Amino acid sequence: MSENRKPLLQVEDINVYYGAIHAIKGISFEVYPDEIVTLIGANGAGKSTTLNTIAGLLRPRTGRVMLEGKDLAAIPASRIVSQGMALCPEGRRIFQQMTVRENLEMGGYTRPKSEIPASLEEMFTRFPRLKEREKQIAGTLSGGEQQMLAMARALMSKPKLLMLDEPSMGLAPILVEQIFDIIKELHAAGVTILLVEQNAQMALSIADRAYVLETGRIAMTGEASALLKNDDVRKAYLGS
Amino acid sequence: MISLLSYLCNGISLGSVYAIIALGYTMVYGIAKMLNFAHGDVIMIGAYVTFCAIQYLGLPPMVSVLLAMVACTLLGVIIERLAYKPLRQASSLAVLITAIGMSYLLQNVALLLWGSNPKSFPSVVNLGSLSFFDGQLLISGETIVTVVMNIIIMVGLTLFTGKTKMGKAMRVVAEDKGAAELMGINVNLTISITFAIGSALAAVAGVLLCSAYPTLMPTTGSMPGIKAFTAAVFGGIGSIPGAMLGGILLGVIEILGKAYISTELGDAIVFAVLIVVLLVRPTGLLGKPVREKV
Repeated sequence: MSENRKPLLQVEDINVYYGAIHAIKGISFEVYPDEIVTLIGANGAGKSTTLNTIAGLLRPRTGRVMLEGKDLAAIPASRIVSQGMALCPEGRRIFQQMTVRENLEMGGYTRPKSEIPASLEEMFTRFPRLKEREKQIAGTLSGGEQQMLAMARALMSKPKLLMLDEPSMGLAPILVEQIFDIIKELHAAGVTILLVEQNAQMALSIADRAYVLETGRIAMTGEASALLKNDDVRKAYLGS
Repeated sequence: MISLLSYLCNGISLGSVYAIIALGYTMVYGIAKMLNFAHGDVIMIGAYVTFCAIQYLGLPPMVSVLLAMVACTLLGVIIERLAYKPLRQASSLAVLITAIGMSYLLQNVALLLWGSNPKSFPSVVNLGSLSFFDGQLLISGETIVTVVMNIIIMVGLTLFTGKTKMGKAMRVVAEDKGAAELMGINVNLTISITFAIGSALAAVAGVLLCSAYPTLMPTTGSMPGIKAFTAAVFGGIGSIPGAMLGGILLGVIEILGKAYISTELGDAIVFAVLIVVLLVRPTGLLGKPVREKV
């Protein structure tokens, strides 16, 4: 769709190992500015591994990850966020013992102190629930609120690319709807999103393009709307 | 009655030293999830550096203590870099054995440098005793300085971890290293700073300990080190107020036990209390119950 534009994120033939286990076997894909791209696939297909590799928590043995054409190989994980990429990790991993506000402040760790208050306000406007719970210890929030906090925390770094790993995990259907509405809003506000989901139905319904992962390889790719109608995808991932 | 007060003062003083040492154990444990058994020996090195600076270089006591803090900070950071950092991914048993090895290494280096003869440590405190009840209760200058230092360190650390960016980064690294890294926090640097702070405190503790008990030998740090570790576990390892509480209680129990029950059994009583506390509250007095990660 966007072949004339430069990709924001480019993953080139990465191979990732956990010890002797070859988890990612030569995956390549791109995310263009203003897109929602989703990686779907079964448990253990390598979706989270892919995101963790892009975020620098894991390193590919071969292949490259590039953000706006810049190779990230030499950049330590702690400096990748300031390159303009934030990962909202699987299982949320909010800082349970800190307050909601402190969690958000940690999200803005790499940014100048003077910019933090404005960003906090922005998050509290977007997530009014977090405003209500500003001083509460994050571990006491409900699952849905924790997911909102994790997303807001990632947004505090003002990323060009927001990566979301299983944002619907463990949430009641009504909350899943809410979270996906927020993702759509963020997208409308100009955030580029790379979404990993087991809930393929939901993910495909909001994404522009999708990649289907199977045991560390890309099995299929295309427009999300087309994959949603594809028989193989329906059988394997949509339960019909 | 007066003698009880006097024992209590001594106990709080000794306990304050344990508490300052325990802070080093507990902060390092909280962040690096390792028991740094060489910590007690850093205390001893700190005391020797102070001793040499006063005795051989003729420096004023305060300057000597600062020098010892700088030396111990460097030592702590170097130990972490050389011995522990390469084992970040290794099993905790490997790290533990390395820490014990590091402890012996420091003791033997001290033996080489300063010999086995005990040195008589000059008190760095030149503050007179306070006398109460017509001189029946004397509180030594060392006791006062130790307790005041303990309070300053406690308040300082609480403010540091609660208010400053670096302190918050330390709490975050203690909770979840991966997520901390995703926030843009340099985890290795944070661990180094933790070792630096713990080791600087160890130097202070060494000086205070030797000011009150002025025999300095290469093994001077090991027993207080183990007791401070006990204090950290007693209070709840990983918790800064826990280290304080555990240290002071341990000091008081030790002194009262020695005074009223048996001098020989003083240490046994200390460890017996630890065992009982851990049976009743396995996470220590102020420790948070550990939630299993799913």
